[in-house]
Amino acid sequence: MTDAGTVKNVCMDADEIERSLVRIAHQILETNKGADNLALVGIVTRGDLLAKRLAEKIEQIEGTKVPLGKLDISFYRDDFATHFAPEVHSTEIDFDMDGKDVVLVDDVLFTGRTIRAALDALMDIGRPARVELAVLVDRGHRELPIRADYVGKNVPSAAQENVRLFLEEVDGKSEVEILEMSDGAHIGAAPLGGE
Amino acid sequence: MAFNHKHLIDITEYSADDIMAILETAVKFKEVNERRIKQVPTLKGFTVVNMFNEPSTRTRSSFEMAEKRLSAASLNFGGSSTSSVKGESLVDTVETLCSYKIDMIVVRDKHAGVPRKIADVSGVHVIDAGDGKHQHPTQALLDLYTIWQTKGRLDGLKVGVVGDIGHSRVCGSLIPALKIMGCEVTAIAPPTLLPARPEVLGVDHISHNIDEVLPELDVVYMLRIQRERLEGAPYPSLREYNMLYGLTEKRNKLMRPDCIVCHPGPINRGVELDSFMADHPERSVILDQVYAGILTRMAALYLLLGGSEDGITA
Amino acid sequence: MALLLKNAHVIDPQVGLNETADILIRDGKIVEVGQGLTLEKGVERDLAGKIVVPGLVDMHVHLREPGFEQKEDIASGTRAAAHGGFTAVCAMPNTNPVVDNAVAVEYVKSIAAQAGKCRVHVSGSCSQGLKGETLSEMGDMAAHGAVAFTDDGRGIQAAGMMRRVMDYASQFGCVVMSHCQDEDLVGDGQVNEGVASTRLGLLGWPAEGEELQIARDIALCRLTGCKLHIQHISTARGLDMVRAAKAEGLPVTCEVTPHHLFLTEDNIGDDYSTALKVNPPLRTASDAEALIAGVVDGTVDAIVTDHAPHTAWEKDREFELAPFGMIGLETSLGLVITNLVATGKITWERMTELMGANQRAILGVERVALEAGSTADLTVIDPEAAWTVDAADFCSKAKNSGFIGAELTGRATDVYVGGYATMEDGKIVE
Repeated sequence: MTDAGTVKNVCMDADEIERSLVRIAHQILETNKGADNLALVGIVTRGDLLAKRLAEKIEQIEGTKVPLGKLDISFYRDDFATHFAPEVHSTEIDFDMDGKDVVLVDDVLFTGRTIRAALDALMDIGRPARVELAVLVDRGHRELPIRADYVGKNVPSAAQENVRLFLEEVDGKSEVEILEMSDGAHIGAAPLGGE
Repeated sequence: MAFNHKHLIDITEYSADDIMAILETAVKFKEVNERRIKQVPTLKGFTVVNMFNEPSTRTRSSFEMAEKRLSAASLNFGGSSTSSVKGESLVDTVETLCSYKIDMIVVRDKHAGVPRKIADVSGVHVIDAGDGKHQHPTQALLDLYTIWQTKGRLDGLKVGVVGDIGHSRVCGSLIPALKIMGCEVTAIAPPTLLPARPEVLGVDHISHNIDEVLPELDVVYMLRIQRERLEGAPYPSLREYNMLYGLTEKRNKLMRPDCIVCHPGPINRGVELDSFMADHPERSVILDQVYAGILTRMAALYLLLGGSEDGITA
Repeated sequence: MALLLKNAHVIDPQVGLNETADILIRDGKIVEVGQGLTLEKGVERDLAGKIVVPGLVDMHVHLREPGFEQKEDIASGTRAAAHGGFTAVCAMPNTNPVVDNAVAVEYVKSIAAQAGKCRVHVSGSCSQGLKGETLSEMGDMAAHGAVAFTDDGRGIQAAGMMRRVMDYASQFGCVVMSHCQDEDLVGDGQVNEGVASTRLGLLGWPAEGEELQIARDIALCRLTGCKLHIQHISTARGLDMVRAAKAEGLPVTCEVTPHHLFLTEDNIGDDYSTALKVNPPLRTASDAEALIAGVVDGTVDAIVTDHAPHTAWEKDREFELAPFGMIGLETSLGLVITNLVATGKITWERMTELMGANQRAILGVERVALEAGSTADLTVIDPEAAWTVDAADFCSKAKNSGFIGAELTGRATDVYVGGYATMEDGKIVE
């Protein structure tokens, strides 16, 4: 694992994450008036896992299995030349997105650049009727005119801090941590290329 | 995963991990190539010059396609209008190209060693698209990708390479690459078509009898025979070559049921490969190789240019 | 004009010298070699710590003039020779026009007399235009001073033609020097056939392409009785053939170059350094080892450079398009001292034979010895001088050396030709 800095604060624990996801699932269903035309696409790595949890919750609430996909944005990054992570993860969207109401899911909304890249990628793959954005944490510091439709928690942070989501499935614990950046570390919700 | 190469010139400078990184990245580009919009913006703002100093249709178009699908600006340079025809030296030509502020040169040249020379002169990224009788590393990568995807593994495969190994840049990269990936390589050719020291390339066994070797093979890789004039040719006639070393329909029954047939193209039907074998629905992976060319070249471009310090930030 | 060289370590096996002594020179001749010599009027130099040997010779040099003056000319090439410690060279005839007639011989001699910094012996071609078809006017050339005949740069392909060349040349007492290369077998070979050709994807230049003609020419030597000198021998088996011919008593001699002794095909890296593209090509390490053994046991008669200057732009291109050859005049002595003398493989005496006396004997030119009455062609060597080969220091117009950056010990500091200094303290005397 890359050195992401020293932990300053745990701002969400496993229960809070779970409660936020339940709330977001309800909000998505309310806004979209059910799950009939809904699809979830999570951004790797972590957004895809959150999307999977959201899909499970929607199924519990609504009894409907919504199409679920994952999206890797490596080929759409705007920092390809400067912050290169050679490992590319899979994009798996095995359903037809055309005409769907797609909810894009990510862990931490920060500069907005990841979402910009993800929107470009989505548009190359299909033509959704509508795209909404769900994030577990909004930490501010936007560099692009992007906002989330569903937010688990707003976490004010300093620019030189990292906000990172850990999930039981891959990290052995579920929590959101605020970390003090070590020199030269990459700012972002996850280390470059995932882990 | 780490990938720290600036150039793709000599496949022997690549480790098994480096090669797997390219092959695995190529798999990711397969998803892109199966979309409706088969293009990603990754290399927007990068300029790649395809400097083809000898005729090539397949390799040049494959590179051009890979570059366009990655949104690089590509410039085709060379062909019959090459500067060398006008007497300009290679060094002067490269320096001229570099004045355009380019990021990469993909070079095909009939002289061995030219890609390294260009790398030294230019300072930009260089991919060897075939230099003389020396190497053709992207061909080796697309071959490995095809074999890997078809057989599910590379390590331990028995591969027979048949034909003009001595004058083949394909073999200059393919045989070392197969060795790096753990394959066992048998060179099957008349002595007139073998290099002076096949073991230097990594050849494990040499055979002059294809019928003896065929039953053992997981992969049979047929090389293209040059249809040159017969005077001074390394075999008496195409007919005899086909009899002794051609992959004929008759030889099909000698092969294991899961043995696949590769060929770098273009095929001389009826010489090294009968149509029955070239078009064999289970055995022939020749068109898969062509597709793999796009995928592996996209992967190589992506990995070589990624993080390049002289690159641009959009 | 008198010159007294004091306290030098004089070495000349021709006269059994290996001691500290003084050398007195007057009017271009050695007057006396002895202890405690004095001079009333003239120049006196203290050479304590230096070695003085009979002037060194390089019997295989391409001076390129006339025709290829952009590569080298007689003025620059002979400066390079003096800078390397040589008092005489033998110029190869593959100029433009070819030295295949007496006019060309006289041209080279006259330019050398005006602009040269060492003696220039002239070799004429065996065949007109180096085409290997028609005999050149060897008689006329010999009458005008040509000392040897060679089609260097090409092998004479037809055995019948080579037989005619040797038969005809034998009447003038001149040696025929043979560049051994079977063109049909060698084809467009670029590097040694084997590991290098396979690794680099270049056409191979097989050892047999050289050995076939060595064998043939030795057979023709037996047939014609003509003196035969095998040029730039590069293979172990080729050397064995010469060894056998000598044992048989045939008038066969041979030469090797420093690059075939001290470099191998393994030195050609994936940068395809064209400085290492030579003809014949660099061979295997075991070939180089065999050549050194031949130098030690006396099978090899001469160490020559095959000094082959080319312009930077001619060499700075595709390996297959770059011309063959490397320069050598200014590195040869340092390489031989460092790799052969300092390592104890050969003595200083043997060095003087390989790089002097033997070559004069093969060419049939005047003997030079450290004794009274001999022409005062002398080379002064600092055996301890440590230096690094640097292209910027070359007097040659060309820089295509395969030894740039080599760290050597020992070099010539002073050179006297006919009693006159051509180099003093490492600087060419103008």
